[in-house]
Amino acid sequence: MNKEPGMTLIVKTVTRISVWLIILYGFYIIFHGHLTPGGGFGGGVIIALALLNVLLAYGKDFTRKWLNIKLLENFESSSITLFLIVGIIGMAVGGSFLFNFIDKGTLFNMLSSGTILPLNIIIGIKVAMSLFLVVLALAAYNFDKGDEQ
Amino acid sequence: MPIEIWLIFILCVMIIASIAALEIKDILSSIIAIGVVGLGVSLSFLFLQAPDLAVVQFLFEIFALIILVRAFVKKEFHQHEETKNNLLISIVTIVVLGLLFLLSLPVFQNLPVFGQPLMTVSEYYLFHGALQTGAANLVAAIILDYRAYDTLGEVTVLFTAIIGTLSILKIRSKEKNRETSNE
Repeated sequence: MNKEPGMTLIVKTVTRISVWLIILYGFYIIFHGHLTPGGGFGGGVIIALALLNVLLAYGKDFTRKWLNIKLLENFESSSITLFLIVGIIGMAVGGSFLFNFIDKGTLFNMLSSGTILPLNIIIGIKVAMSLFLVVLALAAYNFDKGDEQ
Repeated sequence: MPIEIWLIFILCVMIIASIAALEIKDILSSIIAIGVVGLGVSLSFLFLQAPDLAVVQFLFEIFALIILVRAFVKKEFHQHEETKNNLLISIVTIVVLGLLFLLSLPVFQNLPVFGQPLMTVSEYYLFHGALQTGAANLVAAIILDYRAYDTLGEVTVLFTAIIGTLSILKIRSKEKNRETSNE
């Protein structure tokens, strides 16, 4: 009926609302990684799944326009350097690599446990961006291997 | 009900699902059977009181299922091939596996009781982790404070794998574009 790429109008409308809730939940999981189950890996996969939801519902051309892919690639590449920088600051302050140099705070507080919170955020960015970018590259490649034979 | 019975039930479902994934002819049903196995792993982590692992396993299972379905459903990758049943190889395999099981029976009797940790290092983490790191979630305390160097290694592995995949896919798509433009 409609020649637009992606799925039907119903799926697109539901996606438009639900994507933000899923991304919010992913951020919640990442930022509470030191208090509740979850953490950087789980939250990162949730954010990647939310972006994948957009990719499946709207098609790859819209997603490439909607998201700044170059920025995401830069996030993905720089996150591991940030991890190393946190480790090296620990070496400068405390004498050992990845030393927990920030104040520990009180137990069960949001801002507690020193470097665990920033490291969780870095890992979350890393996992989310890398998983989504691989799926985007696979979608651009179109899986045409089977047709060539 | 004790937790062992639940675990045995989940393991039986997982074994049946993996046999089904091998035997079913339809590729979509096979992928869904693989998904049942992964969700069984996630559920058993939940029963063993490891919610961190359960969350990550559940999410990665969904991710893998979406990629598998999107990659394999429409295309003609899969061709059904008849396997040749070699009687000698099957007999040798069964005999070797039976021997392995029989020889490992004494080891099973020496295993520690279910639910008791073998390593005493974990007790140190349990008693001192929250005070030393200030993190309420002990798993986060271990993977990002005590063993943060390991996590750096994991992130490096992920980084290398992603870079490799992206570069291979980009080269192939460039070659494809060149072929189509030449035509």
